[in-house]
Amino acid sequence: MTITKLMATSAIVGASMLTASFAYAEAPESDDPIIIVQNNWTSQLVLSHVVGKVLEAKGYTVEFAPSDSQLQFASIASGDMHFQVEAWEGSMKSAFEKAVADDGMVDAGSHSAVTREEWWIPDYVLETCPGAEEWEGLNKCADQFATAETAPKGRFVGPPADWGKNYADRVNALEMNFQAINVGQAATLWAELQSAYDQKKPIVLFNWTPNFIESKFKGRFVNFPEPEPACFEDASWGPNPNATGDCGATHGGWLKKAAWKGLADKYPVAWGVMQKIDFSNAQIAAAALLVDVDGMEAEEAADKWIADNADVVASWSN
Amino acid sequence: MTDQAGGSTSTNFLPDSLKGHEAKVAYVAIITLGVLLSFVWSGATRWPQEWVLPLEGWITDGINWLKREAHIFGVQVKDITRAIGATLKLPIKWAEYLLFRGMKPLGLGPLPWVAVTAGVALLGHWIGGIRLAMLCLLSFLYLSFFHLWKDSMQTMAVVLVAVPLAALIGLGLGIWVTRSKRAAKIISPIFDLMQATPHMAYLAPVAAFFAAGPVTALIATVVFAMPPMARCTILGLQTVPSDILESGKMSGCTQRQLLWKVALPSAKRTLMLGLNQVVMQTLAMVVIASIAGQPGLGHKLLYSLQQLRIGLAIEQGIAITLLAIVLDRLTQGFAYREVDHFAATKSFLQRNWHWIAFIAILIVSYVAAEYFREVKILARKQTFSFAREMNDGIREFNKIAYPFLNPFKEWMTTYVLLNIRDFFLWLPWPVFVGTVALAAWRLGKAPVLWLCLALMASFIVTGFWVETMQTTYLVLISGIFCVLIGVPIGIWCSRSERVANITMSVCDTLQTFPSFIYLIPAIMLFNVSIFSNVIAIIPYATVPAIRYTYLGLKGISPVTIEAAKMNGATPSQSLWKVELPIAVPEIMLGINQTIMMALAMTAITALIGSTDLGQEVVRAISTQNYGRGILCGFFIAALGIIADRLIQAWASERKKQLGFNE
Repeated sequence: MTITKLMATSAIVGASMLTASFAYAEAPESDDPIIIVQNNWTSQLVLSHVVGKVLEAKGYTVEFAPSDSQLQFASIASGDMHFQVEAWEGSMKSAFEKAVADDGMVDAGSHSAVTREEWWIPDYVLETCPGAEEWEGLNKCADQFATAETAPKGRFVGPPADWGKNYADRVNALEMNFQAINVGQAATLWAELQSAYDQKKPIVLFNWTPNFIESKFKGRFVNFPEPEPACFEDASWGPNPNATGDCGATHGGWLKKAAWKGLADKYPVAWGVMQKIDFSNAQIAAAALLVDVDGMEAEEAADKWIADNADVVASWSN
Repeated sequence: MTDQAGGSTSTNFLPDSLKGHEAKVAYVAIITLGVLLSFVWSGATRWPQEWVLPLEGWITDGINWLKREAHIFGVQVKDITRAIGATLKLPIKWAEYLLFRGMKPLGLGPLPWVAVTAGVALLGHWIGGIRLAMLCLLSFLYLSFFHLWKDSMQTMAVVLVAVPLAALIGLGLGIWVTRSKRAAKIISPIFDLMQATPHMAYLAPVAAFFAAGPVTALIATVVFAMPPMARCTILGLQTVPSDILESGKMSGCTQRQLLWKVALPSAKRTLMLGLNQVVMQTLAMVVIASIAGQPGLGHKLLYSLQQLRIGLAIEQGIAITLLAIVLDRLTQGFAYREVDHFAATKSFLQRNWHWIAFIAILIVSYVAAEYFREVKILARKQTFSFAREMNDGIREFNKIAYPFLNPFKEWMTTYVLLNIRDFFLWLPWPVFVGTVALAAWRLGKAPVLWLCLALMASFIVTGFWVETMQTTYLVLISGIFCVLIGVPIGIWCSRSERVANITMSVCDTLQTFPSFIYLIPAIMLFNVSIFSNVIAIIPYATVPAIRYTYLGLKGISPVTIEAAKMNGATPSQSLWKVELPIAVPEIMLGINQTIMMALAMTAITALIGSTDLGQEVVRAISTQNYGRGILCGFFIAALGIIADRLIQAWASERKKQLGFNE
């Protein structure tokens, strides 16, 4: 009871503070630059420029700082960087949650966009392994994917080890005839894919959506048993009655925004905008396409995207 | 720990030195005992979990405490480090204003590319005549016409601060070490640590204290680029011929004069090698620095690779290399510039036309930039790129070469690499520790023995034995390849000036051209595998072996070689019996550096995909597990230090045998 009361009170206080700040604070509250984190993939670069331009239109000084996708959260938590527009459940969950728990970074809300990551095969694999769309079918031709280091097991090219996924566990739980090899970075995955693709060699690798791979390579995700909470708690659930974790990844992973905790006090108006910022899957794909296919630079693409989505942008900054 | 007891008691009851056959018996005994032990006690292959020292957690907690709570005289430690950071940021800020930000209060834009390019070309002409001028001009035109100008200037802003800072600190520390025995004892291992600890290990804590961004990048760069300068200063000052110092003293030099006017100038050759290394290492750090928040070429390069645009990454990589070469040639040229003896007879205009021309171009370009944007920076439509063609070329090459190279890789992997790896993973630690300890004791007596034992104990009791062995075998294999390739090339260079010139340019390129770029084609050809890791280490780590071998042989006085010839030595006798033995100290320094570089590269190979200490370092970043990152980084360095001490001890033993006195 007290908890609900407390929550209600804080909600009211919070709301009134928010409206108060909107009423009295005049953007920009400070001339100090707001520092937006940039990573090294297309959609993040375009989106961070979009956010930068929206804030600049409000009168803020914006600077961009490149950072590693894992190292960035510590920098946000200590206030050296202020805002990250794309934090992925798949690759950054552990670092993100650590930074929020350590007090210093706040979760600035989720986008409408959802993310999915799963085992992925190029379409030509289906010619030699017709059932590969489903995990059982893929497992039947595991030997096609074997190499000197993994034989007689098939080789699954997995995500970087620091993304906090353990595919070895899933392989065990589903009793699959595969060995997960972790790459060091995403670029390595793509190099493996490109090489196999050019030679039509069988490959199964980790992939996710939305990213630029869809616009360059033809392929699909492998279907695993749809995950439910029971999968991870109840051994009897799923194909293997003796193991937990015998299911795939969710189709709707979150995509969040992360911000420095002090931002709300220092730049209340900007903080309000940041909380409202929301991209959908289609909008992200359109933004990335401007760069990956049309060959624009990230900043040009941001201008184009803003022009194309003027109403969306307007709804954030009011 | 049985073996440690064995190792230390042996100092008591064994004679001062072991004869050859006694040593063999001792080695066999250690190996047999170790293997037998592993049969009865599983802890000999993997340290028991319940005995693991939780050092990792203590370090993490310690750093978090320092970061959040620690105070010195009532001032929070973090505030102090932040203040230092702010001071370091000042010179970077100025460079940024000049090169790409512009000075808003004055209403001035950044230096137009036309002015910078002309300025560098004029500087090149002033220092090294028309050839150097052309090199500078073409390099900077490349930056502009391949649409890399702004990124290059962002990179330059940090480089221009890092190079002098690293060179000055290195010189200062080097001089200090030659002055004080105690300093030498403390500082020398610290240099080893600085160079061999992968940058990734300390990027996270440094970023925590100094704020991610250019300052952290600067600190990481200086930490990495400074030790070669210090080492070369030490080597240079120690090898100044005593008669030169003597004559300095006789003509009444004070201590200070002796250092600045006599010793340092006569050590110039080695000092300039140090500076060359500072420039190269600084540019080699550009990509790593971008992970810590430094914008510029490094950041763009990682982005290109992430999008599989290898062609674009190559163009950006070439820009980094060109910056390195231009900076290096300018500094080297400046140091060896001939004094103009006719200056007095020339008019003011003749003496100072470089400056006058630069100022004129500067003013004109600033004014012109107001009307023509092209003068300030070229738009993308006005620039070139062959990225797409290069990309297609690499893919085609891959398609053609894969069927030939892949069987070779499979063969190497199955018959060589996997066997060596399995051997190292099987190896019970008492065997490894015992043999290394015995070798250490035979070569370097108690000090080396104790150091090696302490370092080896550190990675065993903290539970990182398996990862350490993964790294050991990777570095061992790569190191052997590097020496086998590098030393002969170094010898070849010393025989032919032309070969040397070409090779040194290739070395500069290999050292500065970001290894990230050739990782991708390597992965396309060899997939994520041990073989790719070895291939990735070799180009970078071979460079010191070549360079120091060449320098060592080049530095031998012609009188010695002449004497050998007079005594009837054939060229090959002269090489093997006279020159190589004399050059051993420097070749060993080179091999030492090769091992350090190979170890440093294990963090890069972690980006291909590996399971060793390097991977642990990278993985620790995501969980902000400072302790794990630092520990694994330290273990990588520890391996380097063990190898270094053994090699050094062996080298000095060898020199004694050859009749050289130290």
